Amino acid sequence: MSGLGLGTAAEVAPRPGAAPPGPVVAAPQPRSRQIYLRALARDKLALASALFLALLLLAAVFAPWVAPHDPARGGLMLRNQPPLTEAAGGAFPYVLGTDPLGRDELSRLIYGARISLAVGFASVLLSGTFGVVLGLIAGYYRGAVDDFIMRVVDLQMGFPSLLTALVVLYALGGGVWKVILVLAVTRWMVYARVTRGFVLSQRESVFVEAAQSVGASDRRIIVRHILPNLLSPIMVLATLEVATTILTEASLSFLGLGIQPPDSSWGLMLAEGRGYVTTAWWLVTFPGIAILLTALSLNLLAGWVRAVTDPVTRWQYLRPQGAKAAIDRE
Amino acid sequence: MVRRLAHSVFVLLGLVVVVFFVTHSLGDPARLMLRPEATEEQVQALRDTLGLNDPILVQFGRYMANLARGDFGESIWQRVPALPIVLDRVPATLYLAGVTLAVSLPLAVFLGVVSAVRPRSLADRVVTVVSLTGVSTADFWLGLMLILLFAVRLEWLPTSGFGGLQFVVLPAIALAFRPMGRVSQVVRSSMLDEMGKGYVTTARAKGLGERVVILFHTLKNAAIPIITLAGDEAAALLNGAVVIETLFGWPGVGILLIQAIERRDLPLIEASVIAIAVMIVTVNLVVDLIYARIDARVQYR
Repeated sequence: MSGLGLGTAAEVAPRPGAAPPGPVVAAPQPRSRQIYLRALARDKLALASALFLALLLLAAVFAPWVAPHDPARGGLMLRNQPPLTEAAGGAFPYVLGTDPLGRDELSRLIYGARISLAVGFASVLLSGTFGVVLGLIAGYYRGAVDDFIMRVVDLQMGFPSLLTALVVLYALGGGVWKVILVLAVTRWMVYARVTRGFVLSQRESVFVEAAQSVGASDRRIIVRHILPNLLSPIMVLATLEVATTILTEASLSFLGLGIQPPDSSWGLMLAEGRGYVTTAWWLVTFPGIAILLTALSLNLLAGWVRAVTDPVTRWQYLRPQGAKAAIDRE
Repeated sequence: MVRRLAHSVFVLLGLVVVVFFVTHSLGDPARLMLRPEATEEQVQALRDTLGLNDPILVQFGRYMANLARGDFGESIWQRVPALPIVLDRVPATLYLAGVTLAVSLPLAVFLGVVSAVRPRSLADRVVTVVSLTGVSTADFWLGLMLILLFAVRLEWLPTSGFGGLQFVVLPAIALAFRPMGRVSQVVRSSMLDEMGKGYVTTARAKGLGERVVILFHTLKNAAIPIITLAGDEAAALLNGAVVIETLFGWPGVGILLIQAIERRDLPLIEASVIAIAVMIVTVNLVVDLIYARIDARVQYR
C-alpha cells in the first residue's frame, strides 16, 4: 500500500501552473508523510478537527471503558436530572444530566456515537466501493456499459433521496443494517459520476498510453495507474459523504424510521428528547451538538485534504513561516 | 428540450415503479396497511378486496392504469380519494420553500461576495466557518433549538402551527441555514474564478469603480454555477421539508407523508411521495431551462 500514498496523485500528474511561486520552490522536499503532518500542524482548524474525530472514534470504540455509567441503567429517582448533578456514592457526576428514564446522558451519547459513526462509515464504505468500481468500468470501457450505468445514475440522481429512503425503510422496517444498506443504495451514484469523469480524463493521458504500449493489462492499468490518482478526490468526497450520511441517519431516526430501540443513535436521542423541550433542555441540546461537531470536523478536514493534495494550493500550507506575512499582505 | 422533458417524465416513472415494487414486493401491502395485531383472516380478507393475490405484474398494470386516470386510490385513514388531500397540502409546502429561498439566497450571495473580495482575510475565514457550520447542522435540531429559545424561553413566536407571518419564521430559518452555507461557498469559489479573468482587469483599467466591477461584471458571469446549485438546493428543500414540517406541525405534504406512514395508509403514502417528486422534478426542469436561457452555450434539442 505504501506506493499508493496520497503523494502519488500530485507527483504523477502535476497540473500546469502548479509550480509554487516564492521561496518554497527552493526548499528541499521532505517525504510525503512528514509533509502532511507538518501541513496539518499549520492549519489549526483542521488539526482541531482531526483531534476531535480521533478522540470521538476512540471513545466510541472503547465505550464500555470510557463511559462513566451504564447507558441502559437508570432509575426513577434520577429522572431528568439537569447537567452537573452529583451522583450518589461518590460515582462520576451526571455531567450532561439524565434522561426521562434516569440514564446518564453522557454515557448514552458515547454509546450513540458507536451507531451514528458506524452507520456513517459503513454506508460510505459500501456506496463508495460500489460507485467507484462502476465508475471505473464506465469510464474505462465506455460504449454500451457506460451508457447503461450513466443512464441509471442520471435517473437515480433525479430521485429525492431522503424520500426514497423513507419509503424503503417503511417497507423494510428500520434497524442499523437496513439503514446502512438503504443509505448506501441512495448515494452510490455520486462516486460513480466523479470516478467516471476522472477516468475519462486520465485515460487519454501519456502515462496510460505508455503503460498500454508496453503491454500492461487493463486490470493492471486501472489498479496501478488510474486508481492511485483517484484516491485523493475520492477521499475528499467520502469524507464529505460521511458527514451527509450521519445527518441523514439522524433525520430518519428522528422521524422514527431509522435506528430502532434498544439501539440508540444521536438522531434517535433527539427524537426521544423532543417531548421534553420545555422541561429538560439538555436532552435536545447535546446530541445535536455532537452531530454538529462531528459533521463540521469532517467538512473542515475534507477541505484541508482537498487543499493539501492539490498541488496548486498545497504550497500555502508548506511555505516557511516567514513567508506567511508576505503572502497575507498581497 | 423534448429530450429534457422526456428525462423528467422518465425519472417520475422510475420513482413510481420503485415505490410500487418496494411496497408490494419488499413489504406485504396488506400487512403494511393493517395494524401489527391484525389476525391472519383480516390480512387475507384485505388481500382479496385489494386484489393482492393476483400476479405482481397484473397488479402493477392495474396500478399504472389507475394512475394514468389520476386515481391514486382511496385514503384508508380519511376514506376519500388520496389525490385531493395531497393537492390541498401543496401550497403550504411551496410557501415554506419559497420563504426559505427568499431568505437564504440573497444572504448567501452577500456572504460569498464579501469573502471572495478579500480572500484569506478575517471576513473570509469567518464566512467559511459559518457556511461549513450551516452545511453541518441537522436542520431539525436547529429547529428544536429555535423552539427552545424563541418559543419556550422568550415566548416571542409560536412553537408550531400555520397562519400569519409569525408561524413561518422559525421553520424558514431552520431550513435556510443549509442552503445558505452551500450556496455561499459556490458564490465564493465562482467569484474567485471570474475575478482572475482578463475582462475584470480590463474593466478596472478602464477606471470603473471596484463596486461596479464586482456587481455588474463579475457577479453576472459567476451566476451560472450559482443558479445550478440554487436549483439543487430548492429541490433539496422540498425533500428535507418532511422533517421540518413534522417538527413544526406545518400543514404541508411532508407532514402528510409522515402521518400517512404512522397510520399505515399506503395509497396516501404513494400519492404524497409522487406529489413531492413532481415538485422536485419540476424545479430541476425549470432550473435547466433558465440555464439554457442565460448561457448561450447550453442548447436543448
